[in-house]
Amino acid sequence: MTGPVRIAKAGGCALPFTFAGRSMQGRAGDTIASALLANGISTVGRSFKYRRPRGILSAGEDEPNAIVDVTLNGVRVPNVRATTQALEAGMQVSPVLGRGAALLTKLLSPFLASGFYYKTFLWPNWHMFEPAIRRMAGLGRIDPASRMSAGPGGNLSVDLCVVGAGRSGLRAAIRGAQAGQSVLLVERQDVPGGSSLWRGGDGVAGLLSEARAVGVTVWTGSTAFGAYENGRLGVHRQGDSVTLGGSLWVVQAAEVVLATGAIERPMLFERNDLPGVMLADATLNYLRRHGVLCGARPIVATNNDSAYPVALALAEVGAKVTVVDSRPPSERSAAAAKRGIRVLTRARIARALGRGRVSGMVLADGQRIEGDLIAVSGGWTPTLHLYCQAGGKAIWDEGKSILVPAFPVPGISLAGRVAGKWEAPDDLPWAWSAAPEIPGDGVSRKVWIDLQNDVTLGDVELAARENFTSIEHLKRYTTLGMATDQGKTANLLGAAAMAQATGRATTDLGLTTYRPPYVPVPMAALAGLSRGPVQSPLRRLAAEAAHRAMGATLWDYGGLLRPAFYGADEGSIVEECLAARQGAVVFDASSLGKVAVMGPKAGELLDFLFAGRMSTLQPGRIRYGLTLNEAGIVTDDGVVLCLGPDHFLVSCSSSHVGGFVASAEEWRQTRFGRDAVLIHDRTAHWATMSLSGPKAKAIMAGLGIVGTLDDDAFPHMAFVMGQFMGREARVARVSFTGERGYEISVPAGLAVALWPSLIEAGAVPCGIEALGVLRAEKGFIYVGQDTDGETMPHDLGFDAPRLKRRMGFVGDRALQLPVAGDADRKQLVGLAREGGGVIPAGAHLIEDGPRRSIGFVTSSHQSPSLGRGIALALIEGGRARIGEQVTWFDLGKTGRATVTPACAYDPDGSRLHV
Amino acid sequence: MTNPGPMICPFCGPRDAGEFRYGGDPKAARPAFGSSDAEWAGYLYVRENARGVAKEYWVHSQGCGQWLIAERDTVTHVIQRISEATA
Ligand SMILES: [Zn+2]
Repeated sequence: MTGPVRIAKAGGCALPFTFAGRSMQGRAGDTIASALLANGISTVGRSFKYRRPRGILSAGEDEPNAIVDVTLNGVRVPNVRATTQALEAGMQVSPVLGRGAALLTKLLSPFLASGFYYKTFLWPNWHMFEPAIRRMAGLGRIDPASRMSAGPGGNLSVDLCVVGAGRSGLRAAIRGAQAGQSVLLVERQDVPGGSSLWRGGDGVAGLLSEARAVGVTVWTGSTAFGAYENGRLGVHRQGDSVTLGGSLWVVQAAEVVLATGAIERPMLFERNDLPGVMLADATLNYLRRHGVLCGARPIVATNNDSAYPVALALAEVGAKVTVVDSRPPSERSAAAAKRGIRVLTRARIARALGRGRVSGMVLADGQRIEGDLIAVSGGWTPTLHLYCQAGGKAIWDEGKSILVPAFPVPGISLAGRVAGKWEAPDDLPWAWSAAPEIPGDGVSRKVWIDLQNDVTLGDVELAARENFTSIEHLKRYTTLGMATDQGKTANLLGAAAMAQATGRATTDLGLTTYRPPYVPVPMAALAGLSRGPVQSPLRRLAAEAAHRAMGATLWDYGGLLRPAFYGADEGSIVEECLAARQGAVVFDASSLGKVAVMGPKAGELLDFLFAGRMSTLQPGRIRYGLTLNEAGIVTDDGVVLCLGPDHFLVSCSSSHVGGFVASAEEWRQTRFGRDAVLIHDRTAHWATMSLSGPKAKAIMAGLGIVGTLDDDAFPHMAFVMGQFMGREARVARVSFTGERGYEISVPAGLAVALWPSLIEAGAVPCGIEALGVLRAEKGFIYVGQDTDGETMPHDLGFDAPRLKRRMGFVGDRALQLPVAGDADRKQLVGLAREGGGVIPAGAHLIEDGPRRSIGFVTSSHQSPSLGRGIALALIEGGRARIGEQVTWFDLGKTGRATVTPACAYDPDGSRLHV
Repeated sequence: MTNPGPMICPFCGPRDAGEFRYGGDPKAARPAFGSSDAEWAGYLYVRENARGVAKEYWVHSQGCGQWLIAERDTVTHVIQRISEATA
């Protein structure tokens, strides 16, 4: 029997699971990785580029190989790190990378060296490779039907946050709490103790109870994945199941202590990616924590002392251990030999032997050693990620042979192994740091550095030959360190290999920038509860029930649930359009802005905010206007009502209320003064029903809301106050349809009563879809749909701001820039399709002659009143082209259209007075 | 040495930085109407990207809604002073 096996008889209760369809048993307390090893599994997947068989390397978050997809209770979770995920009963585990594409990869493999992607983009033709590469790219398969849930998360503010609950972290936490600090201790593993859990060491249990006694808050199963400015840490707290995304916490800490330990490095030799090559520390972890012996005849290969306790522990449970130490004999090697372990010193491993899994190794001197496990320790890299993310820089210290912080970062200190301190486990000298050993010339370059991204020593040397010699170029050219393990075991080896290839010192080469997250964080956790209606709650109309009672179909319009049309299907849109032109319709306009601007400087502020003058407006009167940004681009249109002296109401578009208020506040506070003018958003306080059509006046008369409807006393663009059900009502003569219109505003609570009274009086209910057709027939714009990021007022036919008013408003100066006077600016025009029918919205318009887009269709509908298709478009020099023909093009379809004025219906506006 | 902590609104006290929105460069005074095209373009688009202390508009958009002027170190993100913006 060779390979891993569970030797501990006792343990947690049995947990059934499957791997690649095979039924297996694990135990409570297992990770997926330990359960796989306990079942004798060596190969857990295939590598990313070359589809080589890969086994479990580590026992932690540094794992490059054991990435699996897990399905549990019908939820599929991709890209789970088997070495950190707790096993659960019923898990269906499958390797992320199968054998499917192996043949393809074989065909392509000559091309997959360094810079493959870049070279392929150039030659011979990316499109030839693209489908195959796209199929190969990525890791696990996402099941769109599966959704992980996540907890709410939150913010927490503490005096001290300690990351890592090993002995050093526990001590730092206790010290802080004893000094009166509020302390949070964050630990990635399910239990505190850090590496003491398998390396041993005194007093962890005592330290833990002491920490609890002095009030330290301990979060286990929690990873501090990012350090951000001002002492903010991002912490992911794992869920109770793999299907739960956990929760995201933002921890604000006045002080941070990092006790994050160190990560063991692999060794570099030929075929070092063979299943059965594991990190020495990981084999001890599996033995002590899970009762799994990773090999009966382990070869422990090392360049430092930390692997000796591993060798002794493996021997203690009966394994036949050989130690291969690259250094000269020492007290420690002698002590191991005395315990009956075969120790070879000054011995370097050259190549792993075995088909599919380790069966032994060949040393540099040609000697062969039998074995079923190669446990390697190539030195240790302190886990300085959070220190670096917070602005620090890690550099290689040649003298101490270890990675060290280059300078202190305020608010962050280091404790324990991450600070280069590791207490000796016994009385012997304890030399645990070591420099990477890079194979010299004359041996194979098929030595794996980055296992997850399949980057070899040969790839690094090719990058060096092609002059991608800086550490950042090395990363991008070879993809070294760019996989989801972020090169935790690979980056330093890659830097050392490049240093050797270019004759430089590792110190001078530096390391690539460390960026959050330290480990992948599920998107579900980042979203937390902020998804669907919680993330973007639908705003609803006060009269929604009344609309539903009328058979309304409600759609989401920019976060607002509004009636699209009334009736069974979209066919009723035509009837609603015709009713507006022949009788009277009513639509719910409650979401239109009602922003009060008042105070001595109210008129002055509005004059500045609008491209047209508003301060001259008399009480009871209404004016249409555009707002611009400082680049002269139209941001919204709306009407302003003068309610009284120094008191105005701005009715902006439904979707621009927030933007208008924000911009008005900015100018108020930074230019006009907080005391001189007040802005108050009353949009939700009032419900507004908009009645329009040739029969609107008769219906208004029947309602008795206002005293007079005489057109001289109450003309278009004026408003009067009235009463509805004993409450104040405001009736404004404005029109979105081109027909005579009355907009009735009442306190929001009366919306449910006002709507049916209008219907009973004979108005036909009209939804947003019909309104969109009616306003397009009139050439009335929707800002943002019929305008784009270049549209200025004069492009829409409003020439006055540029030519007459000229100054004193937002964007004024921009309207005088040369670009504003270009003859080929895109201008709003209409289109009539040749031979009838509707031009697709979004279609490009092509000039005759050179095939070039000169604009695009912004709105397009079949007009029931005109009996033809109508469209609005932004076209270069559009107004000068009226009467000319253009070609439209949409997704391969083309046709001809005649350029017309934007207004297709009632161009002289006489319908307003019918 | 300790971390500088959250942003402190002069109206609301210490609040999470996520409640605030950056509001631009208060030094970019609005040029007079008669300014040159280049001056206007500079006002619109040219920004200093200072290394060190920068004066910035911030608005407590998820709180009191007030516009503030912060003196922020662009290297350390430490806000050295924060006060009400004035007209
Ligand atoms: Zn505030």
